[in-house]
Amino acid sequence: MTSFSTLHLRGVGRRFGKHDALADLDLEIGKGEFIALLGPSGCGKSTALNCLAGLLPLTAGSIWQDDTRIDVLPPEKRGFGMVFQNYALFPHLSVRRNVAFGLRMRRVSKPELNRRTDEAIRLVRLEEHAHKLPGQLSGGQQQRVAIARAIVLEPSLVLMDEPLSNLDAKLRLEMRTEIRRLHQSLGLTTVYVTHDQEEALSLADRLVVLRDGRVQQIGTPEQLHTRPANWHVADFMGYRNLLPCTAGARSGEAVAVEGDGLRLLASPVGDLPEGAAAVAAVRPEDVTVTEGSPAGPNRIEATVEVVEYQGRELAVEARTAGGTRLHIRTGRRLAPGDEVVLDIAVERLLAFAQQYTARAGEPADTAGRPVLAGQETA
Amino acid sequence: MAAPVVSPPEAGQDGPQRRTDPGLRHRLAERGIDSHLLLLVPAIVFIIGLFVYPFLYGLGLSFQPQQGGSPFADYQRFFSDPYQRDTIWKTLGLAIPAALLNVLASVPIAYRMRGRFRGKRLLMIVLVVPITLGTVLTAEGLLNFLGPAGWFNRTLISLGLADEPVQLINNYWGVFFSLIITGFPFAFLLISSYLSGIDPSLERAAATLGAGWWDRFRHITFPLLMPGLATTFCLTFVLAFSVFPSAILVGNPAGETRVISIAAYQAAYEQYDYPMASTIAMIMGAVELLVIALVLLWRSRFYTGATGGKG
Repeated sequence: MTSFSTLHLRGVGRRFGKHDALADLDLEIGKGEFIALLGPSGCGKSTALNCLAGLLPLTAGSIWQDDTRIDVLPPEKRGFGMVFQNYALFPHLSVRRNVAFGLRMRRVSKPELNRRTDEAIRLVRLEEHAHKLPGQLSGGQQQRVAIARAIVLEPSLVLMDEPLSNLDAKLRLEMRTEIRRLHQSLGLTTVYVTHDQEEALSLADRLVVLRDGRVQQIGTPEQLHTRPANWHVADFMGYRNLLPCTAGARSGEAVAVEGDGLRLLASPVGDLPEGAAAVAAVRPEDVTVTEGSPAGPNRIEATVEVVEYQGRELAVEARTAGGTRLHIRTGRRLAPGDEVVLDIAVERLLAFAQQYTARAGEPADTAGRPVLAGQETA
Repeated sequence: MAAPVVSPPEAGQDGPQRRTDPGLRHRLAERGIDSHLLLLVPAIVFIIGLFVYPFLYGLGLSFQPQQGGSPFADYQRFFSDPYQRDTIWKTLGLAIPAALLNVLASVPIAYRMRGRFRGKRLLMIVLVVPITLGTVLTAEGLLNFLGPAGWFNRTLISLGLADEPVQLINNYWGVFFSLIITGFPFAFLLISSYLSGIDPSLERAAATLGAGWWDRFRHITFPLLMPGLATTFCLTFVLAFSVFPSAILVGNPAGETRVISIAAYQAAYEQYDYPMASTIAMIMGAVELLVIALVLLWRSRFYTGATGGKG
């Protein structure tokens, strides 16, 4: 297949009626890159993938493969491989014929067709199932057929639409490793859609976080993990504690925030003027349970309410005097009713402007998933 | 557990039943025998009263020829008389092409009518409404429309496409058109539902694998639709094979459209030879079953499992 050095998405948008499912997506994909499109359901990530595949015409923007404009081509002319969420295996064709389908459509000569089909089937380790119909396979095996069918053509780009979402937890981990292994050994440029941040972080070279059809942040897993651009991304990246607060005075690198009886020092992200409505975000694992009196500025007293056993650690929900619920991960054996003193390192507590939810006439929690920790108790 | 010890089972209210019933009932339910089976009673009574009994009665009657002789005398008479025997070919000659055309014409239309688009409901109504008209109204319409002085012929002549009216009624074509008009909506509805049972992402997957629309249809949709087409063909064929009113109204019941049901009717109500009429009815059923058996045999060569759509 024709290879490319970069794929450009320029202001790509897709409108359904009056609703923008995807807007202003600018993205440059390098050869061999693994890009994950990440976001909650309805954020436009599948729309973006279908636009790339050619299954959905664009209503704005263009897609360029080097110097060739490809958004005007039908899917069968783009030469991209796609793995569908429900696998979309042809139920009347054997595994082998499913895998060989693309080669047949491209009129590849018989010996080459056989060689490449065998190779793809071997790659996903399905040799002994090659003659079976898809209906006779388990979910994980069907998934592997779908991957083999897409990669047998050595496509310039592989598109994966939540390929692991129908598998159970154990199989999901195995297939994740499998996909990573295939990507590393074949070097196929991949765009991968998922709503699972862990999946995205572990697989992708770069992540694109979408919300309401708009890009929130593009960056490496590490960038997104440590420096989310806004509190929606933070929420998606595992910052489970989102505390609504008001920004106070700056002191050096830190900013004072105040809300629900808590006064904390946080690291500001982006523009955060004094007095602005803000959201302070911290991961459960960055909230520490102190042994004695901490010297740090973010001392919080709380009562343990819920304890979940999770192996080496406990997931704990504690409640402050002001009514704020905090999620904590700790190795200490706590029990409901325990009084604890918590501490949060200043650099781990991120303060974001809340502006995002302040859209006219819309309550804070209709568009996005999070209901802020403080609002739960209100 | 303590209760049987305190009072013997026989002494308790329906004690013995309590001990055996759950086990037996459970075992029967495992085999699909439970009180829900009663729901089938009306249907079974109906089938026995209105189908099985008349069928067996007719079958018996067909072996008791009026003129006496061997039980198969009427069958021999039917097959040795070309005037009677040919009705099989005349009927097949109408029913098979009509059923085929109904099925084949429905496929592209149903294919195009998938998904949502403006005016779909209206188009659907227009396509399906003939099913409600009944054969007599259809025949009336055909006589007016396709007759020698009908719009169709007048248009042909005024356009100079024909010098004299084309004979389209009171012959084979009149009956054929009537079978299309009444059979098409039926075939179309069935095929539409079979098509919506095929997961649309299969075709999209084929597209991303480089298959153009024709390859997608030929390799994916058509093979998955094939069993549905075979079933639809069988049903429309049976409807067309028993054609009677239109064969008389818009056909030539004494000649080229003397179909098998006309032969049976004449035996019963013109010659009052009920055994012969029953014989013809039995032959009619046998021919239908033969055609259906052949089609289903052929159908069994295709994949008939799940196709992933919304069914």
